[in-house]
Amino acid sequence: MKLDSMYQEIILDHYRNPHGRGLRDPFEAEVHHVNPTCGDEVTVRVHLTGGEGLDAKVEDLSYDALGCSISQAATSVAHDLLVGHTVGEAFETLEAYQTMVQGRGKVEPDEDVLDDAVAFAGVAAYPARVKCALLGWLAFKDAVAQAQAGGTS
Amino acid sequence: MTAIAPTAGTSAGGATLDVAKIREDFPILSRTVRDGKPLVYLDSGATSQRPRQVLDAERTFLETSNAAVHRGAHALAEEATDAYESARERIAAFVGADIHEVVFTKNATEAINLVAYGMSNASVGDGVDQAAERFRLGPGDEVVTTEMEHHANLVPWQELCRRTGATLRWFSVTPDGRLDLDSDEARSVINERTRVVAFTHQSNVLGTVPPVEELVRRARAVGAYTVLDACQSVPHAPVDLHALGVDFAAFSGHKMLGPSGIGVLYGRAELLEALPPFLTGGSMIELVRMEGSTYAPPPARFEAGVPMTSQAIGLGAAVDYLSAIGMDTVKAHENELTGAALVKLQDLPGVSIVGPRTTEARGGAVAFTIEGLHPHDASQVLDDSGIAVRVGHHCAWPLHRAFGVQASIRASFHVYNSMEEVDALVAGVRRAQEFFGVLPPSEPLRGGSA
Repeated sequence: MKLDSMYQEIILDHYRNPHGRGLRDPFEAEVHHVNPTCGDEVTVRVHLTGGEGLDAKVEDLSYDALGCSISQAATSVAHDLLVGHTVGEAFETLEAYQTMVQGRGKVEPDEDVLDDAVAFAGVAAYPARVKCALLGWLAFKDAVAQAQAGGTS
Repeated sequence: MTAIAPTAGTSAGGATLDVAKIREDFPILSRTVRDGKPLVYLDSGATSQRPRQVLDAERTFLETSNAAVHRGAHALAEEATDAYESARERIAAFVGADIHEVVFTKNATEAINLVAYGMSNASVGDGVDQAAERFRLGPGDEVVTTEMEHHANLVPWQELCRRTGATLRWFSVTPDGRLDLDSDEARSVINERTRVVAFTHQSNVLGTVPPVEELVRRARAVGAYTVLDACQSVPHAPVDLHALGVDFAAFSGHKMLGPSGIGVLYGRAELLEALPPFLTGGSMIELVRMEGSTYAPPPARFEAGVPMTSQAIGLGAAVDYLSAIGMDTVKAHENELTGAALVKLQDLPGVSIVGPRTTEARGGAVAFTIEGLHPHDASQVLDDSGIAVRVGHHCAWPLHRAFGVQASIRASFHVYNSMEEVDALVAGVRRAQEFFGVLPPSEPLRGGSA
């Protein structure tokens, strides 16, 4: 059944017990993103340390989210996969993730890069849900851009 | 609930609605979705399906008489213009209006914007002419709407206020999904500063039918214009705009078994005569010189450019189709489905109706939430069962905020829906609860109403 391929156990686990949830200090940027078609909302903070640009390290990604299981679980997985990496590595993971969920099921995900996030491959079959899967991830990208713009200006 | 018909047949006012027979007119309803599941289409509040009669009317027109209307003197141009104006005449009669009071627009959103921009144009600089002065808005004036509006009947008024300096005010919604018209605060919402009162004839989320007469009475008492969003009423119940006494009204073709790309603005003849145009260009002029132009009388003044033609003819056919069934019969049928859905959904543990819980002063949109289950996730399971519902805020974000919910699930009906489909919805909701393990513990996991 397709439904099971979308709602894999990993996704439901993250939904029920989200990792890294809650807004924490310190942070350099906070963004609020909404999905205007359904009203799902996420607030994401990033805390970057060390180098500049892609070399900076994602020290923390904290968030508060209201939304469906897909958007909540996706943000939880983003926390797991992005924190502790450089911005460059995080953006590579994000790109692989985005390519997979926007791929209409035609993109073979790289498990080495995506780890738990491969569970979201099933979402690609449902175009209406792709935005849910991307909400927290794109908020992270925006937050990093704002943090680094703020840092250099 | 004693009035629920056992199966497909509905008896209403002497007329019998044979749903099975009606469904034969809608080719799309016989398809399957998601690996062979019969389609259960409960999203007519968003857009309705079209019967063969409408599709045939469009095709026949295009195959025999297609031409640009109101231009040219050749045979096809004449036939096309006749067909277009005949559609206007039947649509006008369908809603109790005169033919010159019906303006074709792209959709209801454009129709409401036409009024708002017409007023806006009357408020700019010296205005357009003396007749348009009555629509001039400025600082100190007030525009009234309600918290239960679709964004289409809210955002244009926010923008009109922003452009003119007028102030937007609104009626709130009560916890049971009615307009608060009687609290101390509500009593002063319409006052001597009010110029426009824009409100829905039936909430697209709650199904609530506000007391139009009372709102019209209050607006008239202070000389304000009324603008009725009739998108969810005209497709589902008899509507007589002259009898309602509203000044303007808007509805969309695609929600009433007709084509998309066509909507209607109704305006009282005297007001359309005075309202400045919104879109300008070809067709809508009287006399054009390099120095300036004068404009055609309504409705042509508001139909700039070559209009949508097969869509108007299709909407005419939709009106014929609905009239043949009888709008009283349509209303009674949907009322039975709504009543059954309200009862059966409320019987499910964890399900809460957003809006009135009975069919009193209420139409066939049933919005609800499920405890512990996000509407998106619920709809995914419903979709997997072949059931199409709407989820989200249904273009009524402030309304959802007022109810403290982020989103809801909405089932909405039309003449082709059956009692079996209501049961399928209820079974689907249970399946969603089981799938996500959110059935309250006291409840047995299977059986019951499913």
